[in-house]
Amino acid sequence: MTSSAHELAIDVRDLEHGYPDGSSALDGLSLQVRPGERVALLGPNGAGKTTLALHLNGILLAQHGSVTIDGLPVVEPNLAEVRRRLQLVFAKADDQLFMPTVRDDVAFGPANHGMRGADLDAAVDGALAAAGAAALAKRAPHHLSTGEKRRAALATVLAMNPGTLVLDEPTAGLDPAGRNELVALLKTLPQTLVVITHDIPFALQLCHRSVIIDEGRSWADAPTADLLADRATLGRHRLALPFGFDPNVLAQATSIDRSR
Amino acid sequence: MHAPDGFLGLGTAVATGAISFGVVGASLRMARTRLADRQIPLTGVSAAFIFAAQLVNFPVAAGTTGHLLGGALAAILLGPTVGALVVTVVVVVQALVFADGGLSALGYNTLNMAIVTSFGGYAAFVAVRKILPRNASGVATAAGLAAGISVVLASMALSIEWLFGATAPVSFDTVFAAMVGVHLLIGVGEGVITGLLVASVLAARPDLVYGARHLDPAALRGRASLSTRGLVIAALAVTLVVGTIVSQFAGSDPDGLERVAEDLELTADQAGDARGPFADYAVDGLDNEQLSLAIAAGAGIVIVGAIGYGLVATRREPSAV
Amino acid sequence: MGAEHSHALFHHGHSPVHHLPAHTKLVGTLVFVAAVAVTPRQELWAFAVYAAVAVFAMAVARLPVRFVARRALLVLPFLGVAALVPFIGGGETTDVMGLALSTEGLWAASGIVCKALLGTAASIVLAGTTEQADLVRGLARLRVPPLLVMITATMLRYLETVAGELRRARTAMQSRGHNPRWLWQATPLANSAGATFVRSYERGERVHHAMAARGFTGTPPDLNPQPAAGRHWIRAIALPGITVAVAIAALAS
Repeated sequence: MTSSAHELAIDVRDLEHGYPDGSSALDGLSLQVRPGERVALLGPNGAGKTTLALHLNGILLAQHGSVTIDGLPVVEPNLAEVRRRLQLVFAKADDQLFMPTVRDDVAFGPANHGMRGADLDAAVDGALAAAGAAALAKRAPHHLSTGEKRRAALATVLAMNPGTLVLDEPTAGLDPAGRNELVALLKTLPQTLVVITHDIPFALQLCHRSVIIDEGRSWADAPTADLLADRATLGRHRLALPFGFDPNVLAQATSIDRSR
Repeated sequence: MHAPDGFLGLGTAVATGAISFGVVGASLRMARTRLADRQIPLTGVSAAFIFAAQLVNFPVAAGTTGHLLGGALAAILLGPTVGALVVTVVVVVQALVFADGGLSALGYNTLNMAIVTSFGGYAAFVAVRKILPRNASGVATAAGLAAGISVVLASMALSIEWLFGATAPVSFDTVFAAMVGVHLLIGVGEGVITGLLVASVLAARPDLVYGARHLDPAALRGRASLSTRGLVIAALAVTLVVGTIVSQFAGSDPDGLERVAEDLELTADQAGDARGPFADYAVDGLDNEQLSLAIAAGAGIVIVGAIGYGLVATRREPSAV
Repeated sequence: MGAEHSHALFHHGHSPVHHLPAHTKLVGTLVFVAAVAVTPRQELWAFAVYAAVAVFAMAVARLPVRFVARRALLVLPFLGVAALVPFIGGGETTDVMGLALSTEGLWAASGIVCKALLGTAASIVLAGTTEQADLVRGLARLRVPPLLVMITATMLRYLETVAGELRRARTAMQSRGHNPRWLWQATPLANSAGATFVRSYERGERVHHAMAARGFTGTPPDLNPQPAAGRHWIRAIALPGITVAVAIAALAS
C-alpha cells in the first residue's frame, strides 16, 4: 500500500478503548486529518487525548473501530511502517530521551532502521538543526532544561523523517519565552501536525483548526478562532480562556496562518 | 559491603569472577526470554530505582541511619533473574563511575551483593510464603523476612570466600561470627524496609510484584496490615535467636573436637604460606578446624541450596508476562 | 556508600587524561589494578612505585587533592577493619611501641591497606576523567555484551531522575515535620520509595514505547564508539605498563 496526496494523513473511526478496570477512555471517537494540516486537540484532563495519541502509532491497538495512517491500517503487521510515517512527542520528554547523549538519542531511530556512517550523521545533524537542538548534541539529557529536553525530543522523532507529528502537551512546563520559541519552530516544520493541549493561546497561535475532545468523544470541530469565541461550548468541557484573553481581538492582531 | 581491591586473594577474585560471569550471562538470557524487547528499558530503569533506593537513609535507632542493599527487594519485585541483573548493573556502575568497591573485587562483590541476595533472597521468600496466608500481608511479611535472610546469606558468602582467599591471619570463625553478627542487625533494617516497601507496591499495583503474580488478585486487594513496630520487634527476636545459635557454634569450647583433630593430625599448620591462593588462615588462632569446616560447609550448602532453590522456583512458577 | 553517591565522580577538565578515549583508560585501569592484585604484599618497594604512578596520573589529570580525598573516604570502613587485624591475628608477635602485635597480621593489614588504596586511586582517576556517556561507549568498544551496555546506559540515564523523585518526597515529608529517628517510624519513607518504584516501572514501560516507536526490536544499535589511535593506546598503557614490569619483578624476587 502506498500513500498519496488525496489520502487522509490520519483517519480514526468509531475508536473505543476501555481499561481493564472497566472504565472507558475512548468512546466512539472519530477524527480525520488531511496531509499538511495543523490541528489542535483540546480537552480537559482525562478526556482521552493521550489514549488517542497512543493509538495513532500503534502503542495501543484499536479494541473497536479503526485507525488508519496514510491509508495504512494501524494493525500489528503494519506497525513498523506506521511508525515511519507518524511519530509521537511524549508529554514527558524524559521518557523519550533514554540514551547517554542527545546525539546518540537522535541517532537511535535511524540506526534501528539500518542507517550507518555518513548517512546517519547527516540525518542526525538535519534533525538537530530542524528542532533547534544542534547546540545540545553532546549534552546528557538529564542535564537539560525542560525547553531543551522538548527540543531534543522533537529532534529524535524528526530524525525518523515522519510525515505526521503528534505532540502531547508540548507547552507543559515551558516558560512564556520557551513557548513562543516552540510555536515559531513548529511553524517551520513541513509535517502534518496534531497538537494535544489545553493551552488555548498556543492552539490559536499554531493551529487553524481545533477539535474538542471530552469523555472519549469529539464534541466540536471548527476553526480555532471560531471555537474559542464559543464560550458556552468551551465551558462545558472545562476549557477556560486565560484571564483577559479575548480571542476575537487576538485573532485579528496575530498573524494566524489561515491557509492551514 | 562494597569490598575494595585486594580484600580477598587473587584466586578467590578470579574464581568468584568466573562464577558471577556465568550466572550473569545466564540471567541475561533468561531475562531476555521473559521480557523480550522490554528488557533494556525495564531493567535499566529498575536498576536506577534500586541504586536510588540505596541512597535513601532510613532511620535505624536514635537518629542513626542505614540504607538498603536491595537485592532481595529487586528479586521479589522483578523476579530473581532480572533482580540479579539489576543489582549487578548497580554494583558494576558503583565500581566504575563512583569508585565504590574495587574493580578487581567485582567478582566477589557481584556474587555476594547481587547473586546471593537475589537468588538466595527469592528462595527464602518462596519458602516463607508457603507458611503465610496468601494475601497482601503474607507476601509483604515474607518479603521482609526474605530480605533480612538475604543480607545474612551475603555475609555468610563473604565469610566462606574468606576461607579460601583470606588475606589476613584472622580465622574463619572470627570472620564468620563478626560478619553474620553485624549483618543480622543490618538485616533487621533491610527486612523491615523491604516488607513495608513491598506492601506499598502491592497496594498500588499488585501486578508489578513478581513474587505475588500467581496469587489471586482478589486476595491481594485490601492493604497489607503490617504493624511496623511489630515487624521490628519480631525481626529483632529472630535476630536474637539466630545470633545466639551462631555464637554458640563459633564460640563453643572446641576441646573435644580439638583432641579429635590432633589425633587425626588435622591440626593447622600455623605457618601458612601467605602467597598461596588458599592460604590456610581459616584455622589460625582457633584450633577447631573441623568445626570451622563444618560451619563453612553448612553455610555453603545453605547458600548454594538457596540459589538453586531460587532458580527452580523461578522456573516452576507460571511465567505471567 | 551514602548520600555522596547522588552525583557521579566526574571532574570536569581538559587534561591529557581527560582526552584519552574511554576504552583505553578502562584497559589501562584494569591492567593497573591487576598488577597491584598479583603483587606479593611483602614487596613494599613495588607498592611505592605503584603509588608514585597513581599520584603521577592524578597530577597529569589535574584532579584536586580534596576531590580525591573525599572519594577515598569510601574505603575507610575497610581500612578500619584492616587496622584491627594486627591485634586479633595469631602467630608470632612483633613489638610496636610496646604492643605485641601479630607479625603476620601487620603484613596482612599493610597488604589490604596498600591494595585497597591503590585500587581506589585507579578508580578515581578513571571515573574522575571520563564522562558517564564515554564510559558506556568504552564498555561497548571493549565488546562488553551490547545488551548489558545498554542496560547500564539506561540506568545511568535515569539514576538522577529517580533519585531526584525520592529526594523530593523526603523533602516534602521533612517540610511537614516528619523527621524519623527510629526504624519503626520509617513507614512513610518506605511508602514513598514504593510509590517511586511504581512510577519507575511505569516510566520503563513508557521508555519502551518510545524505543519501539523508533523502530527498536530488542537489538541495541551501534553507539558509534570513538576510535582510538595508536598514540592513545601508548599513552593510556604507559603508566600501567610500568606497574606490570614492577609486578613481574616483584613476583620474581
